[in-house]
Amino acid sequence: MTITLLLEQVFNGIQSGVTLFLVAAGLTLILGIMDLVFLAHGAQVMIGAYAATGFTLLTGNFYLGIFLAIPLTFASGYLLEYLIIKHLYKRDHMEQVLATFGLILFFNELIRIGFGPAALFSNLPPSLSGFVYILPETPYPVFRLIVIFIGLALAIGIYILVAKTRMGAMVRAGAANPDMTAALGVNIHMLRRFIFSVGASLAGVAGMMLAPLTVVEPGMGEPLLILSLVVIIIGGIGSVRGAFIAAVLVGLVDTIGRVFLPDMLRAFMSQSAADGAGPALASMMIYILMAVILVFKPTGLFPPKG
Amino acid sequence: MKHTIMAVAVTTLMLANSSAFADTFKVGYMTTLSGSAGIIGKQMQNGVNLALKHTGGKLGGHDAEVIFVDDQRKPDVAKQLANRLIKRDKVNVVAGIIWSNLLMAIHKQVTRSDILLISSNAGPSPLAGDKCHKNFVSMSWQNDQTSEGMGKYMQDAGIKSVYMLAPNYQAGKDMLTGFKRHFKGEIIGEVYTKLGQSDFQAELSALRSAKPEATFIFQPGGMAVNFVKQWNQSNMDSVSKLYSVFAVDGISLPALKETAIGTINTQTWSPDLDNDMNKKFVADYKSAYGGYPSFYAAQAYDTMMAIDHAVRTSGSTKTEAMRSVLAKGNIPTTRGLLAMNTNQFPVQNVYLREVILDKEGNATLKIIGTVMENHGDVYAKDCKF
Repeated sequence: MTITLLLEQVFNGIQSGVTLFLVAAGLTLILGIMDLVFLAHGAQVMIGAYAATGFTLLTGNFYLGIFLAIPLTFASGYLLEYLIIKHLYKRDHMEQVLATFGLILFFNELIRIGFGPAALFSNLPPSLSGFVYILPETPYPVFRLIVIFIGLALAIGIYILVAKTRMGAMVRAGAANPDMTAALGVNIHMLRRFIFSVGASLAGVAGMMLAPLTVVEPGMGEPLLILSLVVIIIGGIGSVRGAFIAAVLVGLVDTIGRVFLPDMLRAFMSQSAADGAGPALASMMIYILMAVILVFKPTGLFPPKG
Repeated sequence: MKHTIMAVAVTTLMLANSSAFADTFKVGYMTTLSGSAGIIGKQMQNGVNLALKHTGGKLGGHDAEVIFVDDQRKPDVAKQLANRLIKRDKVNVVAGIIWSNLLMAIHKQVTRSDILLISSNAGPSPLAGDKCHKNFVSMSWQNDQTSEGMGKYMQDAGIKSVYMLAPNYQAGKDMLTGFKRHFKGEIIGEVYTKLGQSDFQAELSALRSAKPEATFIFQPGGMAVNFVKQWNQSNMDSVSKLYSVFAVDGISLPALKETAIGTINTQTWSPDLDNDMNKKFVADYKSAYGGYPSFYAAQAYDTMMAIDHAVRTSGSTKTEAMRSVLAKGNIPTTRGLLAMNTNQFPVQNVYLREVILDKEGNATLKIIGTVMENHGDVYAKDCKF
């Protein structure tokens, strides 16, 4: 293990962490502020990826594809809230789970009917497919660096939106006491719809950034949903700051554990035992992390006040 | 008049139905139809349906009914479905199964119910060796066979060092074991990834710093598309040469297209395999479903043809009668007349294939050599029925 390899893996971890954050940010707001168990958030990732890839194939321009896809993901979130989700706020959590699980199946099937079951392949334009030397002898794909920057920029943007703006104050007030906020003249219905649509767009952006890196296929968002549930539990449900720190933490632990743990086990185990235990342990690392954090901080790292 | 016609029509329908029910031969076909591996299941379903079209909807002269079930790539779901096929649907044969870990989960309950179990894909080593059962027949391969071919090819090509990656489940372990049986060079890395993993960047970073001469992967279905895509994005060709099994195939090629041109893999089947049955299969598949069939489709087709052959030859639908026909080999398949080992796994050629563009500009595979002829697996000696 060299120090450059370790640094490169840190970059990989941060990159997967910020992608995870974009999914988790919307989910933590929906779960924490709107008190809604929404399982179909992975479908928003898939919609984002399909929208960007579809528009890119249609227009032949990657940037134009992204530009057209962002409003579409916002609109899909808006429409979903208006048609289905708004009826679920007053229902209990089990019914929300059932309804939103149904939405997962619905969206996967819809995509399969529209685009077919085969994976789509979205290529990067030549301007984004090069390498940058982040360290000597360590070329790193440009697009993955861009993903890190976009993720960080959006994280700062969400922080400012929630903590510093009038809109953010309304969001926080709506979380603390929705009835009182409504009595003071804030349109709580529109506020919820706005939060939901922003959450959907963020997940959509995560899908757009994943599309050129991985395959675009039905159900592609589901593994991310499970990871982002881990993230918001670690971070504290409803906390954007907590989601960010937890996402990067999960990204780093997962990446570094996955690569170095089997090698480390081989140092004091037989080859075959290490081959068996290493990958199994590596895939458990984030759940072990979650369990340990919950022992010391049962409400997560940064539970929202109030 | 109207009433008479109706009455006749209804009676005819009832008669037709009752005669069909009398000796309908039922096949429970288990595959993955949902999730990211759903495309594999779709291809297998196409292969089964095409076989039935070719046999006129019959298997060995009996009217055939195929019940497709979706295992969702989950062993627990597979167990429930197998139970339902055996007890409720009372099928004659359970067939299909893509994933080795799922086959391991269901094989006991099927074979012990005295129902014939035929794998269209998975070939886990325990079922070829000491855990073999006479009611289990493979119409695909034993997992090690294909990667043994690649290991031998790379050994003969004089490759000195290799880095291996496979998903962490039964088939992944079998594939790497098979590879190491004939490859005697240095193994720089042996990495087990998560089944269904989509981002391999961390593994590629580690691979780059290890600088192996060659890289060998087993990554079935969508995992291969992700791996090869990220391999190219990270310009890994400048570091190492990529060899694969069950990665670059009819499933991933429509997505990989020209990025995979020139890459080499081994397989026991190929769309250009030169025999009448295969030519007919590939041509009819392309016209019915568009695009090339993958080996998954071919093996599903072979499975149905094998059942047809077993029932016809034995003149019986009893498990033991069908099994003993299949155990003799000489089964007409898209791989020619298929021979059977003592453990009821095929003895077959392993071909070296290269990705090329066909006349229409679609990526496909072409046989460029035969690495192993009439190759059986090493586990057969441990199998006692």
